Amino acid sequence: MKPARFDYVRAETLAEAHAVLAESGGEARVLAGGQSLMPMLSMRLARPNILVDIMRIPGLAEIAVEGGVLRVGARITQAQLLAWPDLSTRLPLLAAALPWVGHAQTRSSGTVCGSVAHADPSAEIPLALLALGGEVELSSRKTRRRVAAQDFFVGTMSTARRDDELIEAVRFPLKTPGDGFAFREVGRRHGDFAIVSVAVLVRGDTVRVAIGGVADRPQARDFRTLDGAALADALDQFAWSLEARDDLHATARYRRDLVRSFGRDVIEEARRCRG
Amino acid sequence: MPRLTGDARHRVRFTLNGAAVEGEAEPRMLLSDFLRHVLGMTGTHVGCEHGVCGACTIEIDGVPARACLKLAVQVEGARLRTVEGLAPAPDRLSVLQAAFRRHHALQCGFCTPGILMSLDSLLRERRDADEAAIREHLSGHLCRCTGYAPIIAAALDAAATLRGAS
Repeated sequence: MKPARFDYVRAETLAEAHAVLAESGGEARVLAGGQSLMPMLSMRLARPNILVDIMRIPGLAEIAVEGGVLRVGARITQAQLLAWPDLSTRLPLLAAALPWVGHAQTRSSGTVCGSVAHADPSAEIPLALLALGGEVELSSRKTRRRVAAQDFFVGTMSTARRDDELIEAVRFPLKTPGDGFAFREVGRRHGDFAIVSVAVLVRGDTVRVAIGGVADRPQARDFRTLDGAALADALDQFAWSLEARDDLHATARYRRDLVRSFGRDVIEEARRCRG
Repeated sequence: MPRLTGDARHRVRFTLNGAAVEGEAEPRMLLSDFLRHVLGMTGTHVGCEHGVCGACTIEIDGVPARACLKLAVQVEGARLRTVEGLAPAPDRLSVLQAAFRRHHALQCGFCTPGILMSLDSLLRERRDADEAAIREHLSGHLCRCTGYAPIIAAALDAAATLRGAS
């Protein structure tokens, strides 16, 4: 349970971090809060040659409203975002989902962008980013781009980030009037990885349902408002399309069942919360 | 830009319980190991080494953190507090520690340093912490002896004492 050897670079500017990533040809990993990366290093599931610590780079520690979006910089921890005073009114989905991320003792170090970069299929922040239709800001020495959450999460712990890029910020669209949100998760214990997590956004006559913990990445579907049997059918099709598998924690059938029953309940809750 | 090579030891300096400390570490050395093996501060215990059990929880720059999920080189210049820093004097326990003793909130004591550090931070931030908040905070710790009930009783007692004192 000790990491293998690596060089450690304490980047003081973004340009320095970009340079290390550009020169290391995929052998480097970005270290921010380390709450996912450190266990991977200790278990030797990851063996990078170089770690680039970005936690001293000025300018990455900002939470800012830009138009209808909350931009969260790469150094912002999950605890800092939870403490943003407008969270429950302007990003109610995150206010509901963030307390499920790890524990207070890991949210104090773990970053919002780090969770997005890690892309665990059962993680709450990627699920919320997808449900809200958010974006990921990526930059490298030569390029700068924004990628929609839908295109960013490619598979289990696999993203559209290129080896020479780092996540500078993520962008969460803020609540608009009339929106309804709800989030629920099933796990063995609080703080464990989700067996199934459900995030719902109700906007106009569209219901977006996003599911985590089942497929190899969070998945979202938009439904035109449906009720009763039609809604049950739509959720059933969604549940089957996720190709759930049996594992140590739950059977595929149980997961599909949770998608159907939780899906319905969370949609109801989101409708009740509209305002 | 400091680049610390993996095959050498590098000097690490920070503040521990109010005193300046330094030692040498390879980049891959976990902070938990640095505290115990390099500095000889064995109050911080090491359990699972992947952030789950909570035994190694300390305070870094005022917030609770897992020492096993940090590299020693990451905390260069930071302010750290460990369980050794809780007691106000060698022969006196802190309010929380004394409550743990009264309520038998420890048996083998392995998880205790981490739990004390987490609850100390919670009660400092939130004097009004109720049982639900304490339970939520404790969910980041595993204790295999006590069943948690005496720990919760001790924390509630300490919170009441601290409220009375302020």
